[in-house]
Amino acid sequence: MEAFAALLDALVYTRSRNAKLKLLADYLRVTPDPDRGWALAALTDGLDFPAVKSSTIRNLLTERIDPVLWTLSREYVGDSAETASLLWPEPAQAPSPPTVSEAVDALSRMTRANVMTDLPRLLDRLDAEGRYALLKLATGAMRIGISARLAKTAFAQAFGVSVEDVEEHWHGQTAPYAALFDWAAHGAEPPSSQDLPLFRPFMLAHGLEETQVDLADYAAEWKWDGIRVQVVRAGGETRVYSRSGDDISGTFPEIADALHIDAVLDGELLVRGAHQGGETGGAASFNALQQRLGRKTVSKKMREEYPAFVRLYDALIVEGVDLRPLPWTDRRAALETLLPRLDPERFDISGVIPAADFAELSAIRERARDDAIEGVMLKRRDSPYVAGRKTGLWYKWKRDPLLVDCVLMYAQRGSGKRSSFYSDYTFGCWDGDPDAGAELLPVGKAYFGFTDEELKWLDRYVRNHTVNRFGPVRETDRSLVFEVAFDSVHSSKRHKSGVAMRFPRISRIRADKPAHEADRLETLRGLIRD
Amino acid sequence: MARDFSWIRPEPWGIHVVPADCWIDPARPVDRALVTHGHADHARGGHGQTFATPATLAIMKLRYATEDGAVPVPYGERIALPGDVHATWIPAGHVLGSAQILLEHAGERIVVTGDFKRRSDPTCPPFEVTPCDVLVTEATFGLPVFRHPPVEQEIAKLLAALAANPERCVLVGAYALGKAQRLIAELRRAGHRDTIWLHGAMERMCRLYEEWGVDLGDLRLMSDATKEELAGSIVVAPPSALNDRWSRRLPEPITAMASGWMRVRQRARQRMVELPLIISDHADWDELTQTVVDVNPAETWITHGREEAMLRWCQLNQRKARALALVGYEDEDD
Repeated sequence: MEAFAALLDALVYTRSRNAKLKLLADYLRVTPDPDRGWALAALTDGLDFPAVKSSTIRNLLTERIDPVLWTLSREYVGDSAETASLLWPEPAQAPSPPTVSEAVDALSRMTRANVMTDLPRLLDRLDAEGRYALLKLATGAMRIGISARLAKTAFAQAFGVSVEDVEEHWHGQTAPYAALFDWAAHGAEPPSSQDLPLFRPFMLAHGLEETQVDLADYAAEWKWDGIRVQVVRAGGETRVYSRSGDDISGTFPEIADALHIDAVLDGELLVRGAHQGGETGGAASFNALQQRLGRKTVSKKMREEYPAFVRLYDALIVEGVDLRPLPWTDRRAALETLLPRLDPERFDISGVIPAADFAELSAIRERARDDAIEGVMLKRRDSPYVAGRKTGLWYKWKRDPLLVDCVLMYAQRGSGKRSSFYSDYTFGCWDGDPDAGAELLPVGKAYFGFTDEELKWLDRYVRNHTVNRFGPVRETDRSLVFEVAFDSVHSSKRHKSGVAMRFPRISRIRADKPAHEADRLETLRGLIRD
Repeated sequence: MARDFSWIRPEPWGIHVVPADCWIDPARPVDRALVTHGHADHARGGHGQTFATPATLAIMKLRYATEDGAVPVPYGERIALPGDVHATWIPAGHVLGSAQILLEHAGERIVVTGDFKRRSDPTCPPFEVTPCDVLVTEATFGLPVFRHPPVEQEIAKLLAALAANPERCVLVGAYALGKAQRLIAELRRAGHRDTIWLHGAMERMCRLYEEWGVDLGDLRLMSDATKEELAGSIVVAPPSALNDRWSRRLPEPITAMASGWMRVRQRARQRMVELPLIISDHADWDELTQTVVDVNPAETWITHGREEAMLRWCQLNQRKARALALVGYEDEDD
């Protein structure tokens, strides 16, 4: 546990990606099995101990310290595990830390009935750093800037294998990844993935920014406003995976039930709807899709009201043939050949935009005010399907955002590296004419879009303009105007203002603008196209 | 009749001692100021008269280049002020010259701690517990998560990082008054005899400490060093210089910072620190609460810092307490 705790702390304080990779790779190389496997799982969010939750930590601590002092401490530190590791009474005896495997073993044997007595015993064997590592491991909320991708890259670096191979073999393996370490560290055969419906890493796009591309080399497609999914069938089973590789088959059973050909397909999950023009078999806005997201099970009514389908972008594997090394044109042809064999109710294809040159594409993009369209994708015609974001192969050219001027109403302290900073802002628009006594109604919340310098400024502004405090939230004097950028706005019964913004972010701080000149709700309502 | 201690009045810009018409650590110029210690947010310039310990006045003279109106008051000397008020400066253990101020009037005793700590510090005399009716205490680290580890442990951490990276240097951010000198003195106490290199902004204050009898060993200016000399050495700079262009001249510096805030990981991350050293010149939670117990005042008034948790602790321990809303004290760099 000491080595893992030291690794965690070193990772917390290391900023450079290369230095992080080296720390992780060194750890993976020298740490024995199965400790390194468990540690890797913990770092990539792969461990789950049902008896130990964030609330368990709080309950454990508030048995030992005044709840108000716990809450004040937790708010300041911004992280439950760290707060608890610091508040935990130092044990009388010298620490006798367990190994990572021993800790995992003990944690997995804990139940709701005994966690309140067994977890303290483990904590009493550790010092503050060890307690932090243990609680992080137990609750799975690392928040130390280690993405799964970074961990896999470190794994590849540790054993001199390719990161694509790691990604491929990783999925379907479970902690502590014995077969993966046998393969990479000891030269055994890689774990087999032939007959399993495994996730394959997605190919991703860069923002287009100022670049212009030649449409002779690039094909243009609409970027649909749903969620990116991969539908995989192998060994008689079908799975739907989200972009992060989470299995969401249970949320969208009609998709999982509709594929009967062994294949790995890449597309956009959408919900059928009537209010968008353009393509045949239209899709509804993201708002409609949202009704279906995050549900473990889905009712018949839900499925009928919001029927899901996948608009296909690409084919990775079809009937045992790996198409990924082939150019996009060949994969596209294979996808078009496959399409007639798929259930038309559940699958269609994302059309290629017929533009002769970049200027024409630009004009077409400008005219596309369809709510289901987020922008345009540009895909290099000769590019293979490669995992991750490779420069020059795929670009996304997003639609320009909508803008509205709002007034800062409440600010909340952030968490993680923004703990102690007021970094989450709730802002509002005027419900009528402010000079005739209209009020501000909250219309959205944003916590990014500003630089670190601006954050410092905003934090000071909030502290100096506070009129009320509610725990971690401060109400401000409603004097600061934000230009808020957002992708779309929808009507919402859940909000008093009746509107909900999609993807709002702070575009500019308008310290120069008087609050009463901010926009009115009617402006925002005028932008709704549900 | 319940005592209301109305002869001392907290205002947002300082504590007003009404019968004597003087102010403790005022944030704006006044006719008569009683200053606890030399940090800029407590010891501002421009007062008519400034009462403080001789060391604090020396620090202020270094900073403001004037000693007009300076009235030196040695530790323990009870002086008479107008309005039948008596004042005594008592060691606070915070930095060189730092003091608590005991005020006496009409049979009542009020102690203003200023900034203080209870741990040993080779650069200043230790905090003295002073019985009183009202304790006006700071609360910079007034949250139970702040438990500063022993300073020896943090010094060992620093020396270990230095030994493990002979080709690099360790750049330590430390407040120019107090923290830097204590850090250097603690390094010397731990047996580190090598030259310690200073950022230019540190030099005069270190020399002043030496004049006041604090031995800091071999100190030289970083600007006089070659890259070879700096490899394997410690460089001390003000926190603001850590990620400045200035540090580019150093051989692959390991960025360290000596501060009580380093206890919280994300605070260290916010400062881009790789080697956090939890060394503070302020009392931690245990010292703050123990001080209230030791002094055992009838009332505790809590000034700058995280006063909510201290208030809660007082309430849980059946102690009368209130929070004062004073402005202008900065705690970010300790």
